[in-house]
Amino acid sequence: MNVRAHVSMVFHLDKCIGCHTCSVACKNIWTDRPGAEYMWWNNVETKPGTGYPTRWEDQLNYKGGWELNDKRELKLRSQNKSNYFQKLFYNPNQPGLDEYYEPWTYRYSDLIDAPEGHDQPTARPISQITGEDIDIQAGPNWDDDLGGSPVYAENDPNLDVLTEDERRVLLEVEQITMMYLPRICNHCANPSCVASCPSGALYKRGEDGIVLVNQDTCRGWRACVAACPYKKVYYNWKTGKSEKCILCYPRIETGQPPACFHSCVGRIRYMGVLLYDADRVEEAMKAPEESLVESQRSVLLDPFDPAVIAGAEANGISPKFVEAAQKSPVWNYVMKWKLALPLHPEFRTLPMLYYVPPLLPVSGRAGDGIYEQNASEFFSSLDNARLPIRYLASLFSAGNEKAVHDVMKRQMAVRYYKRAQDVDDVSTEKVRAVLREAGITEQEAEEIYRMTTLAQLNDRYVMPPIQREENIAGSGCSPEMCKGSCGLGAITAPARGL
Amino acid sequence: MGWIQDIFAPEQRNWEEFYRNRWAHDKVVRTTHGVNCTGSCSWNVYVKQGIVTWEMQALDYPTFDRSIPNYEPRGCQRGISTSWYIYSPLRIKYPYMRGALLDLWREAKHQHKNDPVAAWQSITTNPDLRKRYQQARGKGGFRRVSWREAQELIAAANIYTVKKYGPDRLVGFSPIPAMSMISYAAGARFLQLMGGVALSFYDWYCDLPPASPEVWGEQTDVAESADWYHSKFVATVGSNVLMTRTPDAHFLVEARHRGAKVVVFSPDFSQTSKIADEWIPINQGSDTAFWMAVNHVILKEFHVDRQAPFFQQYLRENTDASFLVVLNQDKKGHYRPGSLLRAAQVAGTQAEEHAEWKSFVLDQSGVLRIPSGQMGHRWQKQKGQWNIKQEDARDGTPFESRLTLKDCATGTASAYFDDFSDGHTDQGRLRHVPVIEIETVDGPVLVTTVFDLQLAQHGVNRGFEGAWPAGYGDDTHPFTPTWQEQYTGIKAATVINFARQWAATAEKTNGKCSIIIGAGVNHWYHNNLIYRACINALLFCGCVGRSGGGLNHYVGQEKLAPQASWGPIAFGADWSGPPRLQNAPSFHYMHSDQWRYDRKFGEMCPVSDKHHPMAEGHTADKQALAVRCGWLPCYPQFTEHNFKLVRDAEERQLDPVDHVVSRLKDRSLKFAMEDVDNPACFPRVWYIWRGNAIQASAKGHEYFLKHYLGTHHNSIAVEQAQEDVHEVTWHDKVELGKMDLIVDVNFRMDTSALYSDIVLPTASWYEKDDLSSTDMHSFIHPLQAAVPPCWEAKSDWKIFQEIAKATSELAEKYLPHPIKDFVCSPLLHDTPGEIAQPRIRDWAKGECEAIPGKTMPNMKVVERDYTKIYQKFISLGRNFRDNGLGIHGCIYPVDDLYDQYLLDHPVEAWEGEQYPSLRQDRSVCEAILHFAAETNGELACRAYETESHKTGIDHSHLAAANRNVRYTFADLCSQPRRLLTTPFWTGITNGSRTYSAYCQNVEERIPWRTLTGRQHTYFDHEAYVAYGEHLPTFKPRADLRTTRDLDVTGAEPGSLVLNYLTPHGKWHIHSTFGDTLRMETLSRGIEPFWMNEHDAGLLGIHDNDWVEALNDHGTVVTRACVSARIPRGICFIYHATERTIGNPKSQHRGNRRGGGHNSLTRARLKPLFMIGGYAQFSYGFNYWGPQGVNRDTFVVVRKIDKPVW
Repeated sequence: MNVRAHVSMVFHLDKCIGCHTCSVACKNIWTDRPGAEYMWWNNVETKPGTGYPTRWEDQLNYKGGWELNDKRELKLRSQNKSNYFQKLFYNPNQPGLDEYYEPWTYRYSDLIDAPEGHDQPTARPISQITGEDIDIQAGPNWDDDLGGSPVYAENDPNLDVLTEDERRVLLEVEQITMMYLPRICNHCANPSCVASCPSGALYKRGEDGIVLVNQDTCRGWRACVAACPYKKVYYNWKTGKSEKCILCYPRIETGQPPACFHSCVGRIRYMGVLLYDADRVEEAMKAPEESLVESQRSVLLDPFDPAVIAGAEANGISPKFVEAAQKSPVWNYVMKWKLALPLHPEFRTLPMLYYVPPLLPVSGRAGDGIYEQNASEFFSSLDNARLPIRYLASLFSAGNEKAVHDVMKRQMAVRYYKRAQDVDDVSTEKVRAVLREAGITEQEAEEIYRMTTLAQLNDRYVMPPIQREENIAGSGCSPEMCKGSCGLGAITAPARGL
Repeated sequence: MGWIQDIFAPEQRNWEEFYRNRWAHDKVVRTTHGVNCTGSCSWNVYVKQGIVTWEMQALDYPTFDRSIPNYEPRGCQRGISTSWYIYSPLRIKYPYMRGALLDLWREAKHQHKNDPVAAWQSITTNPDLRKRYQQARGKGGFRRVSWREAQELIAAANIYTVKKYGPDRLVGFSPIPAMSMISYAAGARFLQLMGGVALSFYDWYCDLPPASPEVWGEQTDVAESADWYHSKFVATVGSNVLMTRTPDAHFLVEARHRGAKVVVFSPDFSQTSKIADEWIPINQGSDTAFWMAVNHVILKEFHVDRQAPFFQQYLRENTDASFLVVLNQDKKGHYRPGSLLRAAQVAGTQAEEHAEWKSFVLDQSGVLRIPSGQMGHRWQKQKGQWNIKQEDARDGTPFESRLTLKDCATGTASAYFDDFSDGHTDQGRLRHVPVIEIETVDGPVLVTTVFDLQLAQHGVNRGFEGAWPAGYGDDTHPFTPTWQEQYTGIKAATVINFARQWAATAEKTNGKCSIIIGAGVNHWYHNNLIYRACINALLFCGCVGRSGGGLNHYVGQEKLAPQASWGPIAFGADWSGPPRLQNAPSFHYMHSDQWRYDRKFGEMCPVSDKHHPMAEGHTADKQALAVRCGWLPCYPQFTEHNFKLVRDAEERQLDPVDHVVSRLKDRSLKFAMEDVDNPACFPRVWYIWRGNAIQASAKGHEYFLKHYLGTHHNSIAVEQAQEDVHEVTWHDKVELGKMDLIVDVNFRMDTSALYSDIVLPTASWYEKDDLSSTDMHSFIHPLQAAVPPCWEAKSDWKIFQEIAKATSELAEKYLPHPIKDFVCSPLLHDTPGEIAQPRIRDWAKGECEAIPGKTMPNMKVVERDYTKIYQKFISLGRNFRDNGLGIHGCIYPVDDLYDQYLLDHPVEAWEGEQYPSLRQDRSVCEAILHFAAETNGELACRAYETESHKTGIDHSHLAAANRNVRYTFADLCSQPRRLLTTPFWTGITNGSRTYSAYCQNVEERIPWRTLTGRQHTYFDHEAYVAYGEHLPTFKPRADLRTTRDLDVTGAEPGSLVLNYLTPHGKWHIHSTFGDTLRMETLSRGIEPFWMNEHDAGLLGIHDNDWVEALNDHGTVVTRACVSARIPRGICFIYHATERTIGNPKSQHRGNRRGGGHNSLTRARLKPLFMIGGYAQFSYGFNYWGPQGVNRDTFVVVRKIDKPVW
């Protein structure tokens, strides 16, 4: 057992309101500068939809993540020994500006500076790359709220698992629906980006698992951009370096949640420590697709297990981290309640961000133009949900429908349990039945309810206090010196070049 | 796996400083955004090296109960983009004036030897010069000027206009004071001290739900969002909570996990539908039909087949359901429901004070009772009877009223019930209702109860004779579940199931069902009928005034919590009054001449009695009647100068009021609204601040360009009112460009700024001190300057202070002496004016005497000293101390606090007196907080003393625990503070209670401010009876033929006619933020035209193709967003666009720059809302009056191959 501590996350998609506040919080702080205009370390996608960059989930095209070869070895899809060197200079699988979007702005100043004319001036859109007039054809959130759905929603790679008929009816009134998928770097425990870097510039931080691109040593090969199946590493054309979500480590290090967590108005984001066994990662990621969810869970270690605690101590993990792991909302969602699932586990990167799939409204019937709601149950019925479980399974369980169905049943059971408490219109028998079927106890239902709705910031964000003095001492500047002198001196931007 | 190494070694990671340095900052400052979003979120602004770098939400809201989710974080994608504006190329950094005007001004000043007033006169009275700068409006050519030069021109225009036409030709528009109270007060105070006009906003924006005054006598009062969490069944109707209540949405989402059911009514699959248990894709604008059918089921199953005790008790105690209605026999012998039976009609009670305003119920033993708490009790001399205890006001006898006369009726009568389902005619039905006969002073009459009428109106048959539906499946009679299918597109079974679950939940929980409702339905012409149907579903189930229950209307940030202390400062009442507060819908409909393009309103609005003077004719004529009768305000006031009228009277030694009345009576003098195209009646100088008056809120934007601005426009509509108007003066030719000067105060170059003559740079929300409150939560927040106003910007408060100073300085020469002004004001709600007119009588037609304050407006002579405007502006006047403070007629004394305040706060001293200083923005904030009951517990106690005196019930317990609570500005900056419970609002925030509207009424027995003091389901005003809206009913949305939107445009091949809707969008708050690079990037770089894929397919339109949407009013060029989410037959352009950003030219209309979303709309007023002087149907600023509805609009859309720039 090789115990590691990892900052890990849960996004509760049932609570996501699709507002994109997270995206702007991140943009303002980290990518609002030349070379980074098109980067959205945090973005939110409407599903069904093709996302950003477009159809990023299609690894037949982008070749991100890991694959199991015939010898049951994990190999990067994006490169192998024979094409490794060649792809440094030209990588056909890497998304280009067309797959992202050409960032633009407007000639705003024309509104103030235009000389008197015969018509009203307008601020025309111009490219942020060329400064020339631009015909805007794409953006980082182009198919938001089913915008362009005949084009974009229909081309969602996850719909491949549905029949032609099922796909068609998803855009009709009886079945139409959407959900939101906020995405940041998953800070994977088996990151293909790290594995791909020829310069060794990407690494996982030992103490918390955050994946970073060293801005001093990055040489801009962009192998990481191709290798990341989530397309969450971006190339900065100004600095010539790749950049990615840093999980706001300067904030985490000072006891504050990352900006996107802080600003999440839906209160969907939970952060906590998970302990995992680094020695089991490789083997777990070799599991067959249908059991990837379970095998990913098997890597995570019970923070209450004395052997795990001893292993943590042996690996130099502080007791504060172990204590935090025991109070981790992520542990509860992922392991205790089994409500949160990894996004595309079939990429085999062991993402450390987990999602609770959303409940969606019940479907209807629309014969002869008059719409009728299926009214068989008081709450929306899973059997009649607008989005097929198969679709959600394609996103969150590598096709394992039972894993998703179990999650939905648990969420519904909590609702029945709470309604019975507050309104005397659900029988005790019914509540017992739904809880039993969902495999949770009344106490667990109460806990899930509290964490889902009542959790305050310090319940949603449970991280140990970070003691920086030890790291600072190790970096060559004593804390005592640092107190008086840190921050002094010119700040230099990373320079482009090999 | 050897290459995936975790790196622990700190020495290998020194580069990590790179991102740490970015996160480092120098200062964090709490503020918020003033943008009419209802958010009022607390924000932390980060300052680094003196530059605002980013903002993050404050998370330190006090937790008031661990059993409710708390408020952190609040703030959305739009708010968090604010910092982009501060240093952006859109930022207005300096004062600007359009070059055409600047050149004329400098030349004129030179010619007139530096006499600014003469210079201004020479420009505006010369038709060529006037045309020169008016036609340049909106066409570029701005030039930077000094503050001094801009102020001098503005002051000259002020002085010239006051002297030449009168101060009521100065108008100002600024919306929604609650979002930044001091900034609103800046211009408002200046204008009122001048004698100018403030235009309303809440009604003009169509945010005012007229059903709220109708039912509750309240502008709007709703639950804070945390209260949703207590709800067990939530219906959202025309409200897209997830998209437009971004910071609050989590409470709705979370309520589901607590076992609430959520049903979303929305024609499109909206964002909120995503979290619904059921999404009901109801046809747009047809919600009334659905809810009337819901009420049919509720009444039948929960009130007739079985009487749910809680529901029935609630109706008796809290609504008008038991009140007796007189049935009047018509010419055909049928009975028509009329007025409530009044005490004045019965011999035994005729002598009661205000007997016209007291009505009866029947108690269980059949005795007539006059319940306490009615309008008559409110205004009678004897206080203490204005409460809604179930007691007879005459002797205090407790009683239980009868909801129905079924068991004690002496017979039944065949009564007529209207049916407007076809949209054009009244196909009423005759149905018997149980009656008793009452002997009145005019002979015997038949009466029944409101409740009996409701049952009959909804078609619930209890075995009486008449034309009744056979059952739920009968679609031949209105309001059955099957009947509604043809309008809503929703199956009867869905209605029945919904109604049963709704009522069952309410019965189990004592009323924890709620409706979140909004602009999606409030923007229709017959919005009040939609709302009433929804409200009745709540009232019939006892859901109003309950935590977790009620109607939650969220459209606009109307709740200015500390109104009592803010109001006098904002409207100059600390110095003089009354203020000139104009309802903007009437103003714009008339003055921007949109009435000239309008026909008789009967096409839009079928009525019951076309012979009634309010129910037939042209809207402009009804407007004229409304100002004559004193129902609605009228500024500018008269066809003549107000100063001159007083001077004439004094010269003839007449009382000025008598003089004006006699001149009005002989019609030698008219109200300006009776002759709006007479240049003597034009509004002349227009101040716009904190809003986008020319674009975002300008219903009929192109008419604004044409008639106000006199510049280019894209309207091709034909004038057609000439034949239909009889009471307003028709001019065959009108002068275009009514406004002499338009001044815009702004921090960004929006459309209004672009089209104004002068643009003044104002401080953004991160550069000034101010206050903000909202109804979405129960806190009051500060705005604070994180950095000083950037470049040459100043706060709004400073800007108007300096305009006041420049104007006062000029007045020393041109208006050196005090002058008498003549001020009219309408009959107001919450004053005795609301019992002025039991019947409609027009003095101009000799139907009654012309009596100011009774049959016509209130009239008063007010003295103005223009040399003192500035000194008054910066000093809190003595009236503030002497008159007490309060709203809704509940006044508390503050004289001792004022005196004390002078000792420990900055003062202004002049002419031997001392006044609290209002010089600094922050001083104004402190004064408001110090003197408001919501932020000073001592004053809350005093306010309840007054209230208790009126009700005869001791309410002091609501405030006692807060007596020593005081909030200062610094307190608000340290952590959000919760508002105290006061009688000025109807919810309770004590302890951990979440604010829910009308809990005070239900729990404390405080009357609603209505005719009966109860919640009204029946409106007995004669105009309501004539409109057939005395009972809840259904009037369909307008069809293309009645809107006449395409009379000239036509629908050529290659075009498609669509119902044009402008719901609130995701990437902007109105027009703000939509022009930021952040929001443009996250959307599509343009505000697109959303349409259904099949509709698009008909025209060969693909996603992102360029399209042009046109109608007679104007045109918009944008790109298509083709989506399966939008149903066929409708299209969206999300409210609100700017026409400034990436906007090509129109290829179908004159090759001019395309317009914005309001280019396709026009103002249409429903005259019913013009009535006044009658209980809750009495004027209040932003409380009552017609609204600027805009949903009943049609466009044609055409594909464009290539944009032309």
